[in-house]
Amino acid sequence: MAKIALENWKEAIRDPKIECMSRDEMSALQSERLVKQVKNVYENVTFYRKKMDDLGVEPGDIKGIEDIEKLPFTTKEDLRDNYPFGLLAVPKEKIARVQGTSGTTGKLTLASYTQRDVDVWGECVARGLTMAGLTSLDRIHICYGYGLFTGGMGLDLGAQALGAMAIPMSSGNTKRQLMCMEDFGATAFACTPSYALYLAEAAQEAGVVERLQIKASINGAEPWTDEMRKKIESILGINSFDIYGLCEITGPGVAMDCIHHKGLHVYEDYFYPEILSPSDHSACRDGESGELVFTTLAKEGMPLIRYRTKDLTSMERSTCECGRTLPRIQKFTGRTDDMKVIRGVNVFPTQVETALLSMGGGVAPHYMLIVDRENNLDVLTVMVEVDEKYFSDEIRKLDQLKIKVGAVLKQALGVSVRVKLVEPKTIQRSEGKAKRVIDNREL
Amino acid sequence: MGFSITIQQLSVFLENREGRLDEVLKVLAKNDVNIVALSLADTSEYGMLRMIVSEPEKGKAALKEEGITSMLTEVVALRVPHAAGSLSKAMHQIVEEKVNVEYMYAFANGSDAAAVLKSDDPEKVVEVLKKSGFDVYGADEAYRANQ
Repeated sequence: MAKIALENWKEAIRDPKIECMSRDEMSALQSERLVKQVKNVYENVTFYRKKMDDLGVEPGDIKGIEDIEKLPFTTKEDLRDNYPFGLLAVPKEKIARVQGTSGTTGKLTLASYTQRDVDVWGECVARGLTMAGLTSLDRIHICYGYGLFTGGMGLDLGAQALGAMAIPMSSGNTKRQLMCMEDFGATAFACTPSYALYLAEAAQEAGVVERLQIKASINGAEPWTDEMRKKIESILGINSFDIYGLCEITGPGVAMDCIHHKGLHVYEDYFYPEILSPSDHSACRDGESGELVFTTLAKEGMPLIRYRTKDLTSMERSTCECGRTLPRIQKFTGRTDDMKVIRGVNVFPTQVETALLSMGGGVAPHYMLIVDRENNLDVLTVMVEVDEKYFSDEIRKLDQLKIKVGAVLKQALGVSVRVKLVEPKTIQRSEGKAKRVIDNREL
Repeated sequence: MGFSITIQQLSVFLENREGRLDEVLKVLAKNDVNIVALSLADTSEYGMLRMIVSEPEKGKAALKEEGITSMLTEVVALRVPHAAGSLSKAMHQIVEEKVNVEYMYAFANGSDAAAVLKSDDPEKVVEVLKKSGFDVYGADEAYRANQ
C-alpha cells in the first residue's frame, strides 16, 4: 500500500459530539460526572472515604470539575495496599473482567471492570481506530500479547466495537505473523512500536511487503520517536499512530494521536487528565511539563481519583487541525520514578532486587540494569554479582547459576533478560540512591 | 588418609574487560608469586584463569588485597612420562572407575609432563592413579616445578 499523504487524508470522527465538543460543554459534562463519581467512591470505597475524611473534604464540596484539586491523590502503592479487590466500588459479582500489569514489588497491579467499563474501553479504542482511518470493513491483526496485559484485549474490544474483524495473533513468531497478515488480508496491525519496526524489516527482508494489504498500524505501550514512526511508515507504506493507556485507568485507548501527530488526544469525557508540577502538585499551564494524573469520571468497577501515573508530559488544549477539541498530551519526557518500559512491560529495578534476594544465595542483591535496543527490539541485560561463597572455578557451575538467575528474573519481571555475571564487589554500592539502570535506547 | 596428595590451584574469575588479565598477573608479580602453569578458559562473557603457583595462599591474599576475588581449588597433578599413550592409559583408568573429570591442562616438568586434573572427588582420582602405577606430584614438587 502507499502511505496516505496529509493533504489526501480524509478525517473520520467516530463521536463528533464528544470529540469536537466545546470547552464549556465538555467542562459541564465532566463536572456532572465528577460530582457523581466522588459521591460514588465516598459511599462505596472505604479507602476514598477515609482519604477524604482525613483531608476534611465531603462529596458536597465538589461542585464541578474545577474542584478536583481538593480531592486526594491515588498512587500505585495504594493499589498495591488494596490488592486485589480493595478498591472496588461495586460488589465483586458485578466485575466482568480483570486485567493486570506488573507492580513495584512483584505483586500485580490489578484493574477490575464491570461490563459497562469493558464497553467504554472498547468504545474508546474504537474512537482511536477511527482516528487511524479504520472502519468496520477493516481487518485488524493484533500482535499485542493477550492475557492479563491490556494490549491484546484492548485492541480486540476496539475492533469489536468498530465492527471490524479482529485477528487475535498475540505476540511472537514473526514468520507466522507475516504469513497470517498476508493470508488473511489484514489491513491494519497493532503491536509495540519496536515490534512493528522489527516486523516491517522482517517483511522487507522476506520480500512480502508488496503482498500485504496493510494501510495503518497502531503502536504504543512503549516510548518511541517520530523518526521510528516514519521508518515504519516508509518501509510498509502505511500510516502509523501512537496509542496510550495504562491498565489502572482502562488500558490502551486512554489517548491516541491523529494524522497530524501533534500529541495524543485524551478521551477526557471518561479520563480526566491533569498535569501537575512535580514540586508542589499545582496545575501546570498548557505546554508546561509535569506529572500526568488521571481521574476516571465514569468508571464503575474500580474508579480512581487523581491517579498519579508518574509519567512526565505536557498538555495542549487548543483545537487540533483534525477538528477535535480533545486535549493533547505530548510524548513522555520521562518518569518521576525509575520504572522502565521494556517491550511493553513495566519493569521496576526493585523487582530485580526482590527476585535476587528470593534465590537465597548464589548471587548478591547488587545489580545493574542495562537497556539497549538491538535490531529494534528492547534488550534488558542484568549484571549480577556472583556471591563469593558460590563462586566456582567451573564454568559449568557458573553457567548453571546464570541460567537459574535468568529464569528467576524472567518469572519476576515477565520479560526475558540477559544475565551477565560479574566479579564480586564490583557493582557500585548504594550510597543513598544508587544508579541501578542505564538506558541506552535513544528515545 | 595416605592418598591426600592433592595440590591447590589458584582460580580467578575474569570479567571480559580490557586489561583485567594484566591486572591479575601484575599483582602476582609484585608479590613474588611465581606461576608454574596456567590455563585460561574463555566464554563469551568471562574468562576463568586457573594457575598453579609457588605460593597459592599468598597469591590469594595478595589478590584479595587488590579487590580481586579468587579461590583455591583442590586439584591433582599427575606425572605423565614423555611416552606416547601415557595420558591415554591414565585417563582410561579414571574412566573405568567412573570418576568425572571437569577439566584438565598440562605443563612440562623436567623430563616428564604434569597433567592437572579437576574432579569432584580428587582423593579417588589419586587412589585410582596410584593403584595403576601412576605417580602424582606433591604440593612441594608441583609448586616448585622446573626450578
